[in-house]
Amino acid sequence: MKRLLSFAALIGLVISTPVLAEYGLNFPEPATPVATEIKDIHNLTMIISTVLLVIVFTIVFYSLFTHRKSRGFEPDQEFHKGTFGKWSWVLVPVTVLGVDLTIADSAQSVLEKVWIAPNEEMIEIKVVGHQWWWEFVYLTEGGVKVESRILSKKDLADRGQPENLYLRAVDNHLKLPVGKNVKFLHTSDDVLHAFWVPALGMKKDAIPGYIQETWIDGIYKEGIYRGQCAEMCGTKHAFMPIVVEAVSEQAFATWIAEKKVARDKAIAEANSNKTWTKDELMAKGKTSYDKKCAACHKVDGSGGGPFPKLAGSPMATTGSIADHMNIVLKGKGVMPAWASSMDDLELAAVVTYERNAWGNDTGDVIQPKDVKASR
Amino acid sequence: MSTADVAHDDHHHGAPTGWRRWVFSTNHKDIGTMYLIFAFCMLIFGGLMAMAIRAELIFPGMQLLSPDVYNNIVTNHALVMIFGAVMPAAAGMANWMIPLMIGAPDMALPRLNNLSFWLLPIAAFTLVTSMLAPYLLDFGTVDTGVNTGWTIYPPLSAKVGASMDFLIFTIHVLGISSILAAINIIVTILNLRAPGMTMMKMPLFVWTWLVTAFLLILVMPVLAGGVTMLLFDRHFGTSFFDAAGGGDPVLFQHLFWFFGHPEVYVLLLPSIGVLGMVIPTFSRKPLFGKTSLVISMAILMVLGLIVWAHHQYTIGMSLGTVTYFMIGTILISIPVGLMVFNFIATMWRGAMTFETPMLFAIGIILMFTFGGLTGVMLAVIPADMQYHDSMFVVAHFHYALIPGALYGLYAGVFFWLPKWTGRMYDEKLGKLFFWTNVGGFNLTFFPQHFLGLAGMPRRIIDYNVAFTEFNVMSSIGSFIFGISHILMLYIIIKCVKGQGEKATDQVWEGAKGLEWQLPSPPPFHTWATAPTVK
Repeated sequence: MKRLLSFAALIGLVISTPVLAEYGLNFPEPATPVATEIKDIHNLTMIISTVLLVIVFTIVFYSLFTHRKSRGFEPDQEFHKGTFGKWSWVLVPVTVLGVDLTIADSAQSVLEKVWIAPNEEMIEIKVVGHQWWWEFVYLTEGGVKVESRILSKKDLADRGQPENLYLRAVDNHLKLPVGKNVKFLHTSDDVLHAFWVPALGMKKDAIPGYIQETWIDGIYKEGIYRGQCAEMCGTKHAFMPIVVEAVSEQAFATWIAEKKVARDKAIAEANSNKTWTKDELMAKGKTSYDKKCAACHKVDGSGGGPFPKLAGSPMATTGSIADHMNIVLKGKGVMPAWASSMDDLELAAVVTYERNAWGNDTGDVIQPKDVKASR
Repeated sequence: MSTADVAHDDHHHGAPTGWRRWVFSTNHKDIGTMYLIFAFCMLIFGGLMAMAIRAELIFPGMQLLSPDVYNNIVTNHALVMIFGAVMPAAAGMANWMIPLMIGAPDMALPRLNNLSFWLLPIAAFTLVTSMLAPYLLDFGTVDTGVNTGWTIYPPLSAKVGASMDFLIFTIHVLGISSILAAINIIVTILNLRAPGMTMMKMPLFVWTWLVTAFLLILVMPVLAGGVTMLLFDRHFGTSFFDAAGGGDPVLFQHLFWFFGHPEVYVLLLPSIGVLGMVIPTFSRKPLFGKTSLVISMAILMVLGLIVWAHHQYTIGMSLGTVTYFMIGTILISIPVGLMVFNFIATMWRGAMTFETPMLFAIGIILMFTFGGLTGVMLAVIPADMQYHDSMFVVAHFHYALIPGALYGLYAGVFFWLPKWTGRMYDEKLGKLFFWTNVGGFNLTFFPQHFLGLAGMPRRIIDYNVAFTEFNVMSSIGSFIFGISHILMLYIIIKCVKGQGEKATDQVWEGAKGLEWQLPSPPPFHTWATAPTVK
């Protein structure tokens, strides 16, 4: 028995060594204290399971080799009538209950810690799942917003990043300071998604109409931690990665300050009563379209699969601007609603772009105030 | 009714011939055979879909399918395997064997029996229609196909086109079929037992089906209600699951898993029953602790009904609620542990031989124990936050359901094939099938544990290159696993065509029970006069 235990412990130890972690045999290296505790629970249950499995296998294989007809073993027809047969129905459940309680008991304290965030000030980030990108709003940092979308292989090449990061790399990282407690508030704009970064040791569903809370107790060290959406969210479920970048407190503060300046500039621009020229709107429209719309409708507006073609489509050419605007604002079927995640200027630019690019050439120019009116 | 008809009904007639024999059949053996043939066809259909999934995942990148087609195949693979292959196969065995085992002339409600089978091809037809709807039917809306996974969670399932309506209809038809079959089985078991066949003398297979039938009646209506509410949300302006209208998307998940978790036991229990027949036969020793097996089944049924939310740990329930579901779930290991123990104790100090059914039975004990232990790991919430919706879960439930449900059915097929056809199957080929099948299965699913732990989510069409190695292994395994079933078909066809050694009445040296007192194959009508059980 003792030998078995040490054997199983050895297996557990081998599996949890960082050498093998490179080949992805176990959880990735935990990035926070809670994630470390979670990995310990995982390793404990795995070791208990391995021990039990080894016991069962040993007994079964001993029986298979010993109690066989070909070796002339006579069946013991009275076996179930012995003391063991009479009391096993008590012995077995009691033993299993003991194992069960050991597991449940060791999980309880971690569960409480994971489940309930301490009632203290910490950085709060709203995590909104969209089809098919992530939005992070730093609620306690003046509402700075980060939109995070997958990088295609071409994007990666353009940015000089290795191609093997494809499906695990995004344009804008979720930046967090090391050593600080962070609370995440999860929700969704359309269908279910799930925020999962394995190194942070947590996963939570994004459910429309719900706000759920998770928290992490301070990332150990600076670095990049990758994850992806874990709840089936439709066509491009495989294509919405999450990248957390842990930076020093100093760098984080600088980054937030820069973000605020950029944001204030954008707000001022969008709120100015300026009448925009077609060229300005086309340029802004192309940037936004390529980033937010091209994932489905393609850069050349050709669509594909369930996603309609925009180049030359009646909706974007002969159809009325109001109907076109309405679909972009409110969505239709698979198409998500953009009213909440784009401002008037951006929407005006995108619709202008769609009505003039790829030979659509309607000559329509939509101004931010038109968008405001049709909201 | 004329006197001639009465006289006609009085004497035993042979099998009707032609298509009428099958379409109008009220004979439990014929209906059982049709169930089994239907199940095998669906097994091949679902298996081809599984191989398409693995072919897509063999390398990173999208090489074979488009995302929506992939998602649709993932959805339908599950539905076809659960409702098309495993449940009908188990029902087919129940139809064939329960009347023979309890000394009944037929099922209690033969016409209902006919209806519950013939609903299945209809359901299969609407299911295929659902898959083809995006290409064949134009309802003026964009239809992505059912790309939600078999759990059809809203709001995603509310956004899918007409293919979802066909799927909802399919689920309704399947539900009616299952409930009718369950009623029939309960009535048969409770009323048509031969004199002296007390409840505790019933073979374990009959017991497991009694429990399964009650479970089906308890949970199928809940699923039917859930999908009906979904249908209303989609077309009639209700908002049961739409937060914007005051509804709750999570409600559907509760309704689904209130059905979905007990459904796991619906799939498992008949196979446990087969184990209870196979192991004593080939160990030449009575079943160890039959009473405790029956009691643990009853406990399993009750526990199974009240732990559903462990499928939804990530939806944000209160600490008290999740603690309850965690402990409830871990406690399931008590009845299951006792069952596994009793089977091992049946083998212990027996005189074992290793024919194909016994090989599968031993395989079940070893691999199902493994699947059950990863189940205990999954119940532990802090760690489940990592496993949830990852490939680890995929590996876990395939380790529970393929040994637990499918291998039990394979054991049953090889165990009873001589009784059904009157011919012994080719033992050498049977063993070859076992080893290729089990080898392929383990190569497919064992590496998926590592993928999940390393962070690969389930239901994704494309993955990062870091996950390549294990996916290649898994895909190769799945091809071996899938192709091995051609061998099984060949073995069965050989028996059906009357090739191979003639089977004796008892077939197996250690076989005991009423069904083994009948000729192999049994005549069209059996136990017209009930036997007396001492």
